[in-house]
Amino acid sequence: MNTLAWRRLWAVIVKESLQIMRDPSSILIGLILPVFLTLLSGYSTNLDIEGISIGLALEDHSPDAQDLAAAFRATKYFKVTQGNDRREFTGDMVSGRLSGLVVIPQTFSRDLARMDGEVPFQVIADGSVPNTATFLQNYAMGVWQTWLAQRGDERRAGQTGLVRLVPRTWYNQELVSLNSLLPGGMAINLTLIGALLTALVVAREWERGTMEAMLATPLGRFEMLLGKLVPYFLLGMAAMFLCLGITLAVFGVPFRGSLAALVTVSSVFMLSALGLGLLISSLANNQFVASQTAIQAAFLPAYFLSGYVFEPSSMPYPIELLSRCIAARYYVSCLKTLFLAGDVWEVLLPNMAAMAVICAATLALTLGNTRRTLA
Amino acid sequence: MTPPLVVATGLSMRFARQDPPALDGITADIPAGRVTGLVGPDGAGKTTFIRLLAGLLHPTQGGLTVLGLDPVTRADAIHARIGYMPQKFGLYEDLSVAENLRLYAEVRGLPPDEEAETFRRLLDFTGLEQFTGRLAGRLSGGMKQKLGLACAMIRKPELLLLDEPSVGVDPISRRELWRMVKALAAQGIGVLWSTSYLDEAEACDHVLLFARGRMLFTGEPSELTGRVRGRVFQVRGIGGGRRAVLRRGLELRGVIDGVIQGRNVRFVLADGSSGLDLQALDAGPRATLDPVAPRFEDAFLDILGGGPGGVSVLARNMAPKQPGPEAVVEARGLTKRFGGFTAASGITFAIRQGEIFGLLGPNGAGKSTTFKMMCGLLRPSEGQALVDGLSLAACPGAARARIGYMSQKFSLYGTLSARQNLEFFSGIYGLTGARRRQAMQSMVDIFALGPHLGESADTLPLGFKQRLALACAVMHEPAVLFLDEPTSGVDPITRREFWTHINGMVERGVTIMITTHFMDEAEYCDRIALVYRGRTIAIGSPDELKDEARGPGAPDPSLEEAFIALVERSGPERDARTAA
Amino acid sequence: MNGPRIRALVIKELLAVLRDRKSRMALILPPLLLLAVFSFAATLEVKNVDLAVLDKDGGKDAVELAQRFAGSPYFTRVFALHAQADVAPALESSRAMAVLVIDEGFSRGVAAGRQATAQLILDGRRSNAAQIVEGYSELIVTRYNEDLARLAGQPGARTVLAARNWFNPNLDYLWFTVPNLIGMLSMVVGLVVTSLSVARERELGTFDQLLVSPLSPWEILAGKTLPAMILGCAESVFIVAAAILLFRVPCVGSLWTLAVCLALYLFSVVGFGLFISSLCNTQQQAILGTFTFMIPATLLSGFATPLETMPQVLQAAAYANPMRHFLPVVRGVMLKGMPFDMAAEAVWPLAVIAVATLALAGWFFRRGLE
Repeated sequence: MNTLAWRRLWAVIVKESLQIMRDPSSILIGLILPVFLTLLSGYSTNLDIEGISIGLALEDHSPDAQDLAAAFRATKYFKVTQGNDRREFTGDMVSGRLSGLVVIPQTFSRDLARMDGEVPFQVIADGSVPNTATFLQNYAMGVWQTWLAQRGDERRAGQTGLVRLVPRTWYNQELVSLNSLLPGGMAINLTLIGALLTALVVAREWERGTMEAMLATPLGRFEMLLGKLVPYFLLGMAAMFLCLGITLAVFGVPFRGSLAALVTVSSVFMLSALGLGLLISSLANNQFVASQTAIQAAFLPAYFLSGYVFEPSSMPYPIELLSRCIAARYYVSCLKTLFLAGDVWEVLLPNMAAMAVICAATLALTLGNTRRTLA
Repeated sequence: MTPPLVVATGLSMRFARQDPPALDGITADIPAGRVTGLVGPDGAGKTTFIRLLAGLLHPTQGGLTVLGLDPVTRADAIHARIGYMPQKFGLYEDLSVAENLRLYAEVRGLPPDEEAETFRRLLDFTGLEQFTGRLAGRLSGGMKQKLGLACAMIRKPELLLLDEPSVGVDPISRRELWRMVKALAAQGIGVLWSTSYLDEAEACDHVLLFARGRMLFTGEPSELTGRVRGRVFQVRGIGGGRRAVLRRGLELRGVIDGVIQGRNVRFVLADGSSGLDLQALDAGPRATLDPVAPRFEDAFLDILGGGPGGVSVLARNMAPKQPGPEAVVEARGLTKRFGGFTAASGITFAIRQGEIFGLLGPNGAGKSTTFKMMCGLLRPSEGQALVDGLSLAACPGAARARIGYMSQKFSLYGTLSARQNLEFFSGIYGLTGARRRQAMQSMVDIFALGPHLGESADTLPLGFKQRLALACAVMHEPAVLFLDEPTSGVDPITRREFWTHINGMVERGVTIMITTHFMDEAEYCDRIALVYRGRTIAIGSPDELKDEARGPGAPDPSLEEAFIALVERSGPERDARTAA
Repeated sequence: MNGPRIRALVIKELLAVLRDRKSRMALILPPLLLLAVFSFAATLEVKNVDLAVLDKDGGKDAVELAQRFAGSPYFTRVFALHAQADVAPALESSRAMAVLVIDEGFSRGVAAGRQATAQLILDGRRSNAAQIVEGYSELIVTRYNEDLARLAGQPGARTVLAARNWFNPNLDYLWFTVPNLIGMLSMVVGLVVTSLSVARERELGTFDQLLVSPLSPWEILAGKTLPAMILGCAESVFIVAAAILLFRVPCVGSLWTLAVCLALYLFSVVGFGLFISSLCNTQQQAILGTFTFMIPATLLSGFATPLETMPQVLQAAAYANPMRHFLPVVRGVMLKGMPFDMAAEAVWPLAVIAVATLALAGWFFRRGLE
């Protein structure tokens, strides 16, 4: 590019930056929403379930039964409502006030003494929320085994099985789900800035007729696109650092990678998000269509198919295949590695390559679609 | 003579195979150093033509060279040498005046060392020096237009393309803009000025007259007006109603066009017509028939074969309104403050039954604020707006049932068909059963909407949109009709038809209040209130306003000249004009 | 309130949405797409886990244990590592989600009846999956222990919990996701229809036209609410039908109870939509406003994460969220056969939300007049 072109490019960058600073919706999507989302998801998204409300039907009043009930009441995993009959709790199970029911039947003491095979009490979970149901069953089993162990009943506590499995978790020893959720959330924020905001902004230029005026100047489309990319790229990076700060300072998530690697990976992703935004805007020239498309083609997939909350590998094959076309999936994977494991280039490089391919494809499509003419 | 800047031969443009062509076989030149007017009603193909010249569209057929280059292949080279101002002026509303200028300067490659000098010159030229820090979105229409022009000519172009620069701009700003453009032409720049105001054509050196994608005329405007010379007359000294005179005149054979001009009526006769029979007009004993100079619009109507007749079927079917109170619409000390800014202050007037009352004023002078308070869209900070003696604030439902409202944008529901729009508006005004069917059928008959009933309002031709909007506004036979720039951009024939209906309704006792930037529309008014800086600076009939403005410099001012003179007399500085 | 006038408004509103191809698309396509894709995607189950096995022992029992892992349906790809040094890279590079390390002397230990250990190293980057995989693995080892004990003729080693789940015995995830999506998609539809309706009329100038007509603000409000309710209900019926017929989610409760609750839910959603819309002057603001409302509404609904685990402040804020009240009811009625009185007890706050938001919306309609 010659100096004239640099000057034009710079002019577009300056213009676009001024507009970002003056447009409340840019500030909203670019800075306020990321902070709000990070805080909200940090405080609200807690997959480590504690304090599950259960009903405890104590139909046997022997000291053993009382003791087991006390064990259930003592654990932080359960919030126990105690009763004498399981039928008392049926209504609360239907209404959803209770997520499960532990029944210590009249036969408990007898079965405990004789016991082998089956546990002498019942755990009934509300299957309408399967995730909680699974946890509930596991936790109940845990309470039971701890209780047996405390009674010195090692054999039945399962501790004396010949084979002992020693689970260890790397990168996130305590298995704090926030540690993997919050880094993934950055992908959502960058997607919003890159795709939704950019699509809206370009659509607005068409609607207000400024695009037409620009098209009749010596400004090339490459300069126009690049001039738009740079400020939004920087806005995205600013939002990323903002989220990083909150994630580390407020929620104490570890960061084991290097800042350089984070910036590199984020840059590649930001480019692909911007590419998507520009592509959407080049296809839709009013704000309504642009925003609808951006939400459906960028935001929702980034939320559902990226591995942010839901695991793509567990999805049915066609949907898993679809998720591979989504740059956010690769970015989420990189982010989790960077935060919890470190600069593992073996993970980062292939993911970056995938993002680069997606980015190149969208930018190429955009360049082909950006009209130098109006019809 | 220098070669023309633009040469079009047989230029055609078609957007979709099934649609009629947007441009059909245009052959025209645009010379350097002159202002070429691209004139025609909406839908004539003006914007398409300009976009073709700017290389923003590629023609379907025909030859086109701009500055000796082919705009399809050499668009970049052309862009470096032209200036282009699209509709809505192409300004970034959230950038300031200076930032907009700088952006265009850099994008157009103005050498940095010339920047300061150029900005100073342009700001001086446009009178925007004091506003360099203001956001473009907060400028008035006239200031935006000047800034748009400054941006388009930041690097002295060889050809300047201006697409409808005068839409929604008051007469004062329009006049200033013309002065600037003439100055540019004198420097050798070729200017193409597109407009739907036919009176602007007369100010051009050269005219391309378009209608429905075809070119009807090219040449000097006087050449066209010359064709109707000797066929244009004014009936003066009318006793009795001038609207009745117009109605009778338009029904006469040999009369192709007629309009009201203040207290007089202007007629255009067909070629070869024997003359006008004053007796048949029944214009009173002292009426005289005086030949006057033809206007471009007269000639345009002549080419198209004349305007519509003078009788409004709409009005004929309407029950005459019972004579009501002295003042049907009344403003009593209307004041509106937005924070610390007073948009309207102590506006007082009364409109009699069967009167057409015009509200005029420069952009941002408080005219639309007043209008909105009158029809209940804004609540006054002080004062009262009364319709039929009912306060819009106290009994809004009852007062509003007597109002009909039609705005500039023809507020129809675009995705609904014409029939569905009629059904909707009759429904919300409480028409039911047989009365509703009858009202709708008569609207369909009067406005010839039959063939278009199933079409979405958005896709209707502009003329039909306008008819449909009027139909929707009058279906419930309102006592008062509020019109907000009702004929902006509409072709002169549809406008004539519109005024025939309005005049007819007025004769039946309907009261009209109208805002407009069109001076020939203002001429239809019985009385005009001129609003400036939030106050009424003059109230009177068009002729009274002209008389008021008459002076040594202007022995026989037009209404536009009167408007400008009165505004300027009331205060030389117009810095109070912020966005409305 | 005047019947014919409101009727005219309702018809106009329905036609305005349905005659425009783009609005039709925005209304019909996304719910279908979301239902099709996200009912399968929104699962917290873990399948297709990659497992690496480092067998340092190599004996019979070690092979048996590895076989049992490989035979489990959760672990689809199981591959062998050859040295301790391979463990870290396999996990780090995400080639394996978990590594099973069978210690030296494992088989000898088992044969001698001594304790033998195996380590399971999990990838904590996928914390939820790690937790679940750990559960799966424990189960496999427990079964193995039982079999070993039986072979040795010992009494049953540890006791097993007979898992029982009411309402969804097999813990089918779709039975959870699909009813939730009914709530979420009805909200999307209700908001899209209403939030743009006032803002669009403001932008195009037709709202002035309504304001100068004899319509009262309450009539305009009714004229905006009813069509959105009609469209929302129609679309919800369609989604519920798809849930029952296509996704085979059972509906053991009364469909009428569901219908009444759904209508009330939509009423409150429409209230929110109109409230947002009445605040906005342009469509862009309305779009962003809706969006900024949707995200917290989804997060604070109990869909992805249980509400009980959130901080008190957020739990309190969630009371204003229509989805929070509706989701337990839609699951309750469909899966648990929740009776009407119990459902009513759960959804009454929706009526409060609807009345409050609609009153605010009606108030702000006239904002332009100030």
